[in-house]
Formats: sequence, C-alpha cells, structure tokens
Amino acid sequence: MTNFFVNGKAVQVDADPSTPLLWVLRESLGLTGTKFGCGMALCGACTVHLEGKAIRSCVAPVSRVEGKHVTTIEGLSADLTHPLQKAWIELDVPQCGYCQSGQIMSAAVLLAEIPRPTDKDIDEAMSGNICRCGTYPRIRQAIHRAADLNDGRRAR
Amino acid sequence: MSTPISRRSQRLQGGLAIFGSAAILTLLACSLAAQTGAKPDATASRASFLQVYRVLTSPRCQNCHPAGNAPLQGDDSHVHLQNVTRGADGHGVTAMRCDTCHQAANLPGAHLPPGSPKWSLPSQGLKMVFAGRSPGELCRQIKDPKQNGGRSLEKLLDHVANDDLVGWGWNPGDGRTLPPLSRTDTVEQMRMWINGGAACPE
Repeated sequence: MTNFFVNGKAVQVDADPSTPLLWVLRESLGLTGTKFGCGMALCGACTVHLEGKAIRSCVAPVSRVEGKHVTTIEGLSADLTHPLQKAWIELDVPQCGYCQSGQIMSAAVLLAEIPRPTDKDIDEAMSGNICRCGTYPRIRQAIHRAADLNDGRRAR
Repeated sequence: MSTPISRRSQRLQGGLAIFGSAAILTLLACSLAAQTGAKPDATASRASFLQVYRVLTSPRCQNCHPAGNAPLQGDDSHVHLQNVTRGADGHGVTAMRCDTCHQAANLPGAHLPPGSPKWSLPSQGLKMVFAGRSPGELCRQIKDPKQNGGRSLEKLLDHVANDDLVGWGWNPGDGRTLPPLSRTDTVEQMRMWINGGAACPE
C-alpha cells in the first residue's frame, strides 16, 4: 500500500511500488486530466507537482510519493481562478489541448518561483513541455498575462 | 579473403593489443617501484594519468562535466535535449530540475532517464569542466583544490573510489557504454599517478 496526498486529500493505493504515478492517478484515482504522452519523460504531458516541484509522473514510481503531497491539474484551483487558468482561457491558448495540463503545471512551478519571469526564464522552464500544435507563442504570452493577473505575487 | 572492413578490424585489434601491452608494462613498472621503495617516477605517473584521463573524458563521466551550461547525452556527447540548464546549484532551474525526470535509480530500458539520488551537474560556481580539456589541462585542474572542491589528492582518490554519483558511471543502466577502465582499475591508476608525484602531461 502506498499512502500519499492528492490535491490535499489523503489517498491509499494498492499498487506495485514501481508502478508509474501517472497510472495510479489516471486509473486508480480517476484523475484523467494528466495525460500520457511518451512514457519516457521526453514530452512533459504528464507533469504534476510533488511537494510543489514539477515531476514527470510517467516515469516516477509511486513509491517516490509515499507520504508526500501531489498536485494535479484538477487541484490547481477548484473554480478556474488560478491566474494561469484565467490567462489560458483569456488567450485561448490550447489548440488540440493534449499537452496543456502539463504545460500549465510547469508554468505554475515557474510562477511560484519567479513571479515576473523573463522570456529566458520561460524558455528554460517550459522547454521540456512539447506542443505538437506549436502553441508556444500563446503559452509564453499567457504566462506573462498570468504574472500580470497575479500582480507579480508568487502563484501557487 | 581479406575485405577492407576486416583489414581495418585487424589493424584496430593490433593497435589495441599494443595499447594494452603498454598499460600492463606501466602497471608492472609502477608496482615494482612501489615494492622497491624507489623514488616517484614522473614518467610512470604521467602514463597512469593518461589512463585516468581516458575514463574522465569518456561519455559517462564528461557528459555531466560539460564546458557549457547544459549537460550532455549519449556516446557522442550531444547537448541534452529539452534545453536543460545547469542552474546555480547544478540541479537545474524552476520547472526543469534534474529530478523532474531523473529518479533515484536508473529506469529499466534503453533511452529512459538514468538516475541516482544525487543526480546533478557541478554547481555554477565550481563547474569542474572535463569536456574539451587536454590531458595536461585536466590533470592540473583536478589536483588544484581551488578547482576541485578543496580536495587533497587523497580526498580526490576517495571521491573516485567511493562517491555514489561517480560510481554511477560504472552502473549506467540499459543502453549506455561503460568507461574504458573498470572502477577498480581507474582507482589503481589514480593511486599510481599520485604515488608517482601526480605528474601532469604537458
């Protein structure tokens, strides 16, 4: 049994310790907002937070999160009021949308650490999140917009 | 019939045999000097360093001791995909930390992220660059406490012999080649380099 917290709620799952966290989130816990992209930590679609840091859940064994706090896209805010969610909607960022939960989760870590990121900060934080539709210009714009909406405060 | 490929292979094997013999002779000469209490032999010391140099500049070692601010990957030591950057502490930046993808252990299967609990680059303030250094440059660098993290030669030897992240180089996971010498042989060559006066090639 692995015990941990997802979006603030204690959960207990019966899975082999080497099972990827992504499998547990999607199939055991029904949190399907986090996507499977490559399964090799190459694309970023499966990004979630572990104790506030970005991790690729497709390669993180569930044993890594024992006793720790995981946040998924569903836990970013209960009512779409996170500045990134507001900015993403305002700028209509997604095209097909498949990579976007991973994009937003990486961006959230960036804004939590650097409330007013430069383009260089954004490039360095986001370059592990691939978008096959090429929405990168809008992603960058939306991160700047979220920083504005949050008035330069750290966004969690 | 001898094809161009097989002739090249024969030449390569011949070259390796000569190189191997030279390494054995160096080993014998050094152990003889140690047994007879002879004074440090700078020539043998330099020869031993050249063996260590082959290991330090092999992909498993130099890929995490790059000259730039990005780690390297693969046996061709190409720049790490995903635009990974060193960061001040050597563990990456914001949403792209080393442990965003790398776990505490290697993941099974080719092309999956390797791992260790300490997976990182040297820090921004102490880059300890191996890639692109000549034998003389790297020799002088690794024995300089200002460039090696304040280590004495004995501590340097202990680092190579016992550090977990250094040891990963000899346990790199599926699909990655090993350094040209085993860890035991590397430590032995390093010991001979130090015993011979830690002499450096030009």
